[in-house]
Amino acid sequence: MKDNRPKNLELQTIKFPLPAITSILHRISGVIVFVGIAILLFLLAESLSSEQGFNNVQQWLTAPLVKFVVWGVLAGLLYHLIAGIKHLVMDTGTGESLQGGINAARLVVIVSAIAIIAAGVWIW
Amino acid sequence: MVKNVMSFGRSGLSDWVIQRVSAVILAVYFVGLLAFMLLTPDLGFAEWQALFSSTWMRIASLAALLALCAHAWIGMWTIATDYLNNYMIGNKGTVIRFLFQAACVLLIFIYLVWGVQILWGL
Repeated sequence: MKDNRPKNLELQTIKFPLPAITSILHRISGVIVFVGIAILLFLLAESLSSEQGFNNVQQWLTAPLVKFVVWGVLAGLLYHLIAGIKHLVMDTGTGESLQGGINAARLVVIVSAIAIIAAGVWIW
Repeated sequence: MVKNVMSFGRSGLSDWVIQRVSAVILAVYFVGLLAFMLLTPDLGFAEWQALFSSTWMRIASLAALLALCAHAWIGMWTIATDYLNNYMIGNKGTVIRFLFQAACVLLIFIYLVWGVQILWGL
């Protein structure tokens, strides 16, 4: 294909406003969750294997490193969920103006910060 | 006509719909599971196993697992085609993207088989 069309998405040169940052975080959190699902599946498998397995998982979850990793995956999941809900709302045509997009991005940051802190409190 | 052999659905529109439907399934499943864990007093092995061995939860878990596979594929495809292409990373882009997407398919397939195994036991 003759590639002489103008390129108007020089991603590396664009300054990222807040909605763009929440958007890229949505992608990054998606990748984190995709990989982190392996950890959650492993914990689920062990916890359902037997009473002993369930106790093992409870025991592992007392270790600070395990707590931190599980919190990290949960944080990715919560952020991805909340930013995803924003997407679904915007699909209905709500908040599609410039200011609406900025407000929605702010709301995503605030709500996910609260949810992620709450998850941390729950784990520790 | 543009043909993209590496998309999940037959069209971008079907990818778009699958991504949203699977997102709703996953959201309901994880919020429900979190609520169960938070609201069950003294959650022990008995309650945990009873939950996952019930038929309705197996239906929900399998739906969530399949939704996860579709959702992950569309998401990884989107990211791979946006960043792992010739324009962003040079003329090895297509090869790298193919390998990345193959790795994604492998991981998704492992999740699928592993998930089914967890749900139905050995």
